[in-house]
This record gives sequence, structure tokens and C-alpha cells, in this order.
Amino acid sequence: MTLIEARGLEKYYQSRPVLKGVTLQINSGEVLALIGPRGAGKTTLLRLLDLLESPSRGEIYFNGVNVTSSERLRFFVRRRMSFVTQRTVVFSGTVADNIACGLKWRGERWQMVSDRVESVLELIGMSQYANRDARTLSVGETQLVALARALVIEPEVLFLDEPTANLDPVSAARVEAVLTQFIRLRNMTVVMATHDMLQGQRLAGRIAVIMGGQLLQVGESRQIFCAPATKEVAEFVGVENILPGKVDSNNGSLAVIDIEGIKLEAITACKPGELVWAIVRPEDITFAKVRGYTSARNVFPGRIQRVASVGALVRIEVDCGFPLLGVLTKRSAEDIGVEQGGEVYVSFKATAVHVIGRQ
Amino acid sequence: MEELWRAVVKAFELIVSLDAEVIDITGRSLLISATSCIIACAVCFPLAGIIHFSSFPGKRLFISVVQTLYSLPTVLVGLFIFVLLSRSGPLGGLGLLFTPLAMVMGQAIFLCPIVLGLGISALRAVDTAIYDVAMALGANRVQATLQVMKESRYALAMTAMMGFGRAISEVGLSLMVGGNIKGFTRTLTTAISLETSRGNLEFAIALGIILLLLALMVNMIVGWLQQR
Repeated sequence: MTLIEARGLEKYYQSRPVLKGVTLQINSGEVLALIGPRGAGKTTLLRLLDLLESPSRGEIYFNGVNVTSSERLRFFVRRRMSFVTQRTVVFSGTVADNIACGLKWRGERWQMVSDRVESVLELIGMSQYANRDARTLSVGETQLVALARALVIEPEVLFLDEPTANLDPVSAARVEAVLTQFIRLRNMTVVMATHDMLQGQRLAGRIAVIMGGQLLQVGESRQIFCAPATKEVAEFVGVENILPGKVDSNNGSLAVIDIEGIKLEAITACKPGELVWAIVRPEDITFAKVRGYTSARNVFPGRIQRVASVGALVRIEVDCGFPLLGVLTKRSAEDIGVEQGGEVYVSFKATAVHVIGRQ
Repeated sequence: MEELWRAVVKAFELIVSLDAEVIDITGRSLLISATSCIIACAVCFPLAGIIHFSSFPGKRLFISVVQTLYSLPTVLVGLFIFVLLSRSGPLGGLGLLFTPLAMVMGQAIFLCPIVLGLGISALRAVDTAIYDVAMALGANRVQATLQVMKESRYALAMTAMMGFGRAISEVGLSLMVGGNIKGFTRTLTTAISLETSRGNLEFAIALGIILLLLALMVNMIVGWLQQR
């Protein structure tokens, strides 16, 4: 069921467009990640959806009700949501005071406030910090308190703006763990902005890619990562093999694509003559020393240009008429014996090639 | 020189012996200045909150006018209140001229620009994220503004102390609208001015020392607040 719906949202700051017609539906109980580079408009979109700011154009519906312009309605709905801003500040006072704020502002009874604060403190594992001056906390602890401050309200919708951007890996993991726990416990609707697409993939069911104020693609994370809608999305989600080509022929959606004179087979509906980008994820490429039997339709001989270790993996850049990047585990790299300047056969399936139009 | 020394010694005697008139004048000064300061703060702090968190055309001009009025001469305020309260003035019927109430009114008006201007500066010094986060957690505008004021409470308290210091040390206005009536509107500053002109130096010096001590106290409180 659609909980929040944005229709054609536009936002200008001093005539500078920040959002250019964003239409988006957020379902009740889902976790949606907004991913995009810095300055893409993620924060602005969150602030509009949380009704902290009004759009320059467009409408926002909450539970089917247009809440764009009525100030009273906006306030009423805003109180059912909470927002964790990117730059978190604590209020002066103790950790418990900080967490109690949202409830006090809603005029909740004192007893209820202290019960809720206590249980949230326990959930984030900071019960012993209740009476500590909030300004003496570490960055990671501050972020947990900021999260607790928003969660204690038991909001229907939680907005998170880069919840772990300024944290060390250990604190970030802790914040993520608390989040995951709460999402499972409360069945909340969560909208989070992040430039860390892996975090988006870990926490969210659906991902919306926003760039330059426009929503470029919305879908399940698998879809975004394997079938990016545009070259920009592909680049942003870390696809490294984006090859410019032209469709030679298409026979019942098994197409032959010409890439710098080399024919590559792919599954696509694109018509012959169309200019396209052929996208191949490095993980889908296999390497072999000899040309053996393989079911993959694309097999090319190539020369290894560069070999680099990345953690437990090895990145291999191959020139097979066009540049291609693949990854292998250290172990397989040793088995095959990859080395700079060596020859190698690369292969990938026709279904591993994702084709998008190119102007 | 010896005469001066004798006056200083006498002055200390007056203070230490808790001379009835010295106590009376000091008490009245404190009461009038504190009252005017509280009134000025009660009016100007909320006003500072409203002005700081709203945007209207001419806001910057308004603030710079307020800041210019920091050096508003007390005699001008005195003149204004005098005209307002004099028998033929618009509020003449109230018979308030030459009463402590007139002095409180005058001092409160005199303090308003300082308290308002410094109050706005105090709120401006608070991290803008405080207001934002408060709104994000469901505060309404009044609640968010109050939260920002809470964050700047030391700066606001400092503003109040500075206002009090200004009020207790001003003389022109008190003299003009209070009239320096003994036992009724005579304060530290007006008494010093009168006793000096009458040649009653030891009394003037005694009151001067008390005024200095009060100023020192205010300063110490401000310093303590600054460190918070």
C-alpha cells in the first residue's frame, strides 16, 4: 500500500533547481534507499517528504491525502514521522533529556516519556549513559543517540540522511545493527539517503537512484545493480565495463553488438543500427588460460594489461580489442597464472550483458 | 589630600556601619534597575526569537538600527518619558512623573535596544542545526525557538547582566524622570551627583564604592557565564 506519494516535486533555491520533477511512491513498511552522489538532491527530497520544507511545485500525498499546502495538516502529519539529519547535534542536557525531547514536544505524559526513553536506551545498549552530559559523547555514540531520539517517538515513517557517513566502520556497523533491529521490530517505513550504495543494498528493499535532481531509476537492488537504466546509474553503482557499441543484428532478442569491430552477443530488444552501451559486471567474467569448452557465447582472447590486488580479490584489466575489467579470487588468479602481458581467454554469457540505449 | 583620605575613611565607616540612608538608596537602586532589566528581557528575548527565526524585508536594516541604538543617550529617553508623563503630556493624567515607576519605564526603554540586539546575537551564535533537528523531531516553531533559547541560556543571561549593569549606572534618565526625591526616587547615581555638588564628599564616595562593587559583581557574573 502506498503510504507517501510524491508527484512532480520541484524545488528551487534562489532560482537554482535542486529537484527537477521527482515522482516517487513509498510503500507502507518498506525500506527505501535514495542513493546518489553528493549534491544530487537527496537531502532536499527527504526534507520535502518529511514536510520540513514545501516544494516549489508538485504535490505530496500521505495516505492518499494531499498534504502539500495545509500548514495544519503538514504539522499533524510531520509529527507522525521523524528525521535523523546528516549533521547531528545534541541538545544541552543529559542523554535521557535528549531522547525525551520528541515525546515532550508532543505533550506525552511524564511517566510514559521516562518508560519509553528507558526502553530505547536499552535497545541501543546505552542504558548506563542515561545521565551523562550528551555533549561528552563520541561521534558514534552521538549518532546512536540521534537515532534513539528519532525512534523513541515510534514514528510511522523514519527518514535518515546519511546515517553513517561520518562514522568509523565499527560505529557504522553498530548504527546499522540498531537500525536493522528496529526496522524488524516495528515494521516501520524507512527512507534513507546514502551515497554508500552497498549500505543501500544491505538495508533497503528498494533503491531509488537520484542524480542532478532527477530520479533516474527506482527498483529492487538487484535490478539497479544488474540492469542500470542509464550510463550514469551504471557508473554510479560501480559497473566498470561500459562499452560503446552498435547493434548489428537482432534475432529474436539475441542480438549481435559491434564493439570496436568485435562482435559480442547479448539479450536485448534493441533494433539493428541502434547505438548502445553494453554493460558487463566484472564478477560475471571468467578467465581461462586455454580456449576450452564453455556455454558462454562470448569468448575473446586478450592480453592482460594490469593486475592489481583489492583486498581478497584481484582486478584484471584485459585488452581484447576493447578494454575489459574482471575480478578473480587470489586463489583462482594463481591457478590460472595471470600476469601482466600474459595471454588469457575471457568469457561471459550473453545474459550477463546488459544493454542500454545511447544517444 | 588629607581631606580626601578622611573622606574615604568616613565612606568606609558609612558602609561598614550599614548606614540607614546608604542601605535605603542602594536597595532602591537595585530594585529599580532589576525591575527595568527584567521587563526589558521579558519583552525583548521573545522578540529576539521571533525576529531571528523569521525573514521579512528590511530585517538587516532593522537589526542595524537596533545596534545603533545601543548608544542611545539616556537623556534622550529621559526627555521622551518626561514629555510623555508631564502634566500636559498624553499620559500626564496618570501622575507618574517623578515616581520610581517612571524611572523603571525609562530604563526599560533605554535597555531594549541592547537587550534585543545582544539577544539576537546570542541566538545567532547557536548552531543552526539545533533548530533544524528540533523541527525534524516534531517540535513546532515555538518549541524549536525555545530549544534554541535554552541552548543560548548563558549568552542570554549575560545579556541580562549587561543590561542590569547599564541600568544601575545610568544617571541622566533617573534624574530627569525620577527627580532625585529623598527616600522615594533617590538612587545611587542621582545621590552621588547631588552629594558631590553639595560638597558632601564622604557620602558620595561611599555610594561610589558601592556602585563600583556592584559593577564588579556584575562583571564577575558575566565572566563566569562566559566560561560556561
